[in-house]
Amino acid sequence: MDFTDDQLMRYSRHIILPEVGGKGQAKIANAKVFIIGAGGLGCPVGYYLTAAGVGTIALIDNDTVEMSNLQRQIAHSVQTIGMPKVESAKRTFEALNPDVNVVAIQKRISKDDIIDLISDYDIVVDGSDNFPTRYLVNDACFMARKPLVSGAILRFEGQVTTILPGDGPCYRCLFEEPPPPGLVPSCQEAGVLGVLPGVIGGLQATEVLKLILGKGEVLKGELLIYNALKTTFRKVRVPKNPSCPLCGAKPTITELIDYNEGYCAM
Amino acid sequence: MEHTIPDKKINIKGLVCPYTFVKAKLAIESMEVGQVLEILLDYEEASRSIPKSMEDHGQKVLKVEKVSDTDWVLQIRKDKD
Repeated sequence: MDFTDDQLMRYSRHIILPEVGGKGQAKIANAKVFIIGAGGLGCPVGYYLTAAGVGTIALIDNDTVEMSNLQRQIAHSVQTIGMPKVESAKRTFEALNPDVNVVAIQKRISKDDIIDLISDYDIVVDGSDNFPTRYLVNDACFMARKPLVSGAILRFEGQVTTILPGDGPCYRCLFEEPPPPGLVPSCQEAGVLGVLPGVIGGLQATEVLKLILGKGEVLKGELLIYNALKTTFRKVRVPKNPSCPLCGAKPTITELIDYNEGYCAM
Repeated sequence: MEHTIPDKKINIKGLVCPYTFVKAKLAIESMEVGQVLEILLDYEEASRSIPKSMEDHGQKVLKVEKVSDTDWVLQIRKDKD
């Protein structure tokens, strides 16, 4: 890859790293990442991947920017209140790095289009805020054989794991079914510390870059749990479940499921 | 002093850190193991930092020579891909 003078300057701290170099930076420039959600997690993930020079970043989200988002969703601002979140984030990312092609998709992802939407992308990042989407994304990535970097946040605690196709456990090995509606409170009900998604999103973006570069170790078969109040990181080993309904020997889930009914009423 | 004919030469006069090393590193990356890169530069700090960084990256520094009041010539052999 031939870098322009601006690109040499922009990516100089990457190129200097032995694990990246010009070749690694070229891999980053050729990478295509699909981010589910342009909220607390999607904003920092997309922001850092934009800064890193990821060639194509897709963002999907159906919501518009509200004042209550601005305590943590760093791609949005008072200027973009009322605008679709994906459009607001696209403007922010393009202002940071015009090298990056930001694809803004304003809709709620569904079982009917997810496989099609992610098919052109190398890596999927889950920054969704609800269980129906989390399970839909896990199942779709398994079926479409896409690496998935999953993140979740609530109150002062966040978690990250990386799920590789056909290599290690999936999200259902960890939690077979979504919890019943109402059991786990949403951020809206329970609150979330504004910087928490910055930490978790930063970890997700790091996982993505390591996958692109093929360097280091990712959180495969491990769940990393961060407690912001205690300032602790815990790594929990997640074994593959041989009888997982999705990726086990005798799968019972062979098509995508829409769990939305019941949840949407909440 | 041993005379090595370089396989590639770059002139990075006028550049300062870190772009001196960025240019040198990209040049080395594009070469084969065993080939020698010659670098002409006029930023004194880089005459020390490039050889050090190249060694940290596993390359062999063959020559660091002040060739005029302002210029240095370095020769680096690519030992590691």
